[in-house]
Amino acid sequence: MPPLIFSLQLAFTLAVCAFLIVPVVLSVLAGLTVNYFVGLESGLTLKWVIEVWNGYRDTLFRSVGIALACLALTLVLGVPAAYALARAKSRLGRAFEELLMLPVAVPGLATALALIASYGALSGFRTSWAFILVGHALFTLPFMLRAVLAVLSAIDLKTLEEGAASLGAGPWQRFVHIVLPNCRDGILAGSLMVLTLSMGEFNLTWLLHTPLTKTLPVGLADAYASLRLEVGSAYTLLFFLMIVPLLLAMQALARPRRRRFIPADDTDLAPLALKP
Amino acid sequence: MFLLPAAIFFIAFFILPMGRLFIVGGSGSRGWSAYAAILTDAVYFNALLATLGVAAATTVTTLLVSGVAGVFLQRHPFPGNRLLVSLLTLPLAFPGVVIGFMVIMLAGRQGLIGTLTQALGGDRLVFAYSLAGLFMGYVYFSIPRTLLTIMAAAEKLDPRLEEAARSLGASTWRVVRDVILPGLKPALISSGAICFATAVGAFGTAFTLATRIDVLPMVIYTEFTLSANIAMAAALSFVLGAVTWLVLALARSAAGSTVAAAG
Repeated sequence: MPPLIFSLQLAFTLAVCAFLIVPVVLSVLAGLTVNYFVGLESGLTLKWVIEVWNGYRDTLFRSVGIALACLALTLVLGVPAAYALARAKSRLGRAFEELLMLPVAVPGLATALALIASYGALSGFRTSWAFILVGHALFTLPFMLRAVLAVLSAIDLKTLEEGAASLGAGPWQRFVHIVLPNCRDGILAGSLMVLTLSMGEFNLTWLLHTPLTKTLPVGLADAYASLRLEVGSAYTLLFFLMIVPLLLAMQALARPRRRRFIPADDTDLAPLALKP
Repeated sequence: MFLLPAAIFFIAFFILPMGRLFIVGGSGSRGWSAYAAILTDAVYFNALLATLGVAAATTVTTLLVSGVAGVFLQRHPFPGNRLLVSLLTLPLAFPGVVIGFMVIMLAGRQGLIGTLTQALGGDRLVFAYSLAGLFMGYVYFSIPRTLLTIMAAAEKLDPRLEEAARSLGASTWRVVRDVILPGLKPALISSGAICFATAVGAFGTAFTLATRIDVLPMVIYTEFTLSANIAMAAALSFVLGAVTWLVLALARSAAGSTVAAAG
């Protein structure tokens, strides 16, 4: 390849990278600057971060709580379902798998309105954080399912199970001792994805939340709309501190797996969508 | 039955509510014609056009940018390559509200682009709070995911085909057009469909940037909250859901492989 083309492509790629990363850096700086309009000369401060922490830390704890509950729910619902779907190669199984993917294809607004239209009258449920949890679990379940399915369809599940069954293991024993240990990587990848998505979910949550059940992204939207740029930035900084470690862990996990096994499906997983 | 818990949860909280949403959509003052309003009512139809326009522009731009960068990064393992890939995929799971804020940092009233254009002697260029800002946000959002899909597809391209084409005298451009692009086609279709469906249904970015950007999700939100016209909001969101689902289903049959569902 001629060096000119190489340099042009490198410059282009670097420009794309700058487009993605520069605003992140700017926002982090803005959250730590006394007056962003004046610039860095005005000095660095933790004032804004402390202000956000004092005013909004409840949203942060609520988001973490919902994300963990959502993880528990998707594990309980998703892992057994993935096992069942991996075993049943029937058309019905495929159709059900497609159906379970629907909440990711359908815009969060529609799902949220549907939940409100059906369960909005149950005021105890409507005003609790469990209402948000249901929405998050619907949206994240496909990601858990896909991550586990990707691993299960890469191993020779049938032979392993037949071996165990011939030694007298029942379905439950096989699930606990054969399936679970084998799809550990998939469960881990799915879990990281579920946590990340739940922490950042806004489309559903904006309609499902009540003034007493604000999550971190809801608080962010409030702050962007009504507070000064430095406070919005400091709030974003807190959000980055929560979410970037999860994203880095996901990257680290995806890398060696791509080489070892599952060539196609784990790369399918990453683009599996998240909604702005 | 291992499928039962998921099935019960899913039927109770998705299938039944969606059925309910469909009925609510036909229960307003317009009756069932609410479902036709997206085509017959000028306000909704214009919003639909704006939504599809932004989504189409986002898809084309994202595929071009990620296509060039993705193939390049896959082909050249220069030092720093992995760091670049990490940086480029870092915003993978940023929510829409945060993406909106990133656009404000770049093109907002106190944004970098405004400061730069002013320093260069021009007017302060501010476009975050318009369709252009929304477009920028959706491109920002779509690049990380598209890039991963394209890199995975580029890894599987057979280099011998390109060597053969070159040895037969094909120019770089011909190789790109006749060898690389056809090889990437399934990945381009599937990730393009995801871009498009995401941009059609997205809400958070538009919400952060301005309530006056008239794309369909914002119109639905306004109908629901300000006008309290729940039937119309239900009908519109049901149609919106059907559109995104259709785009993904079409892409799946066109690409011939599983297109990950998207939103």
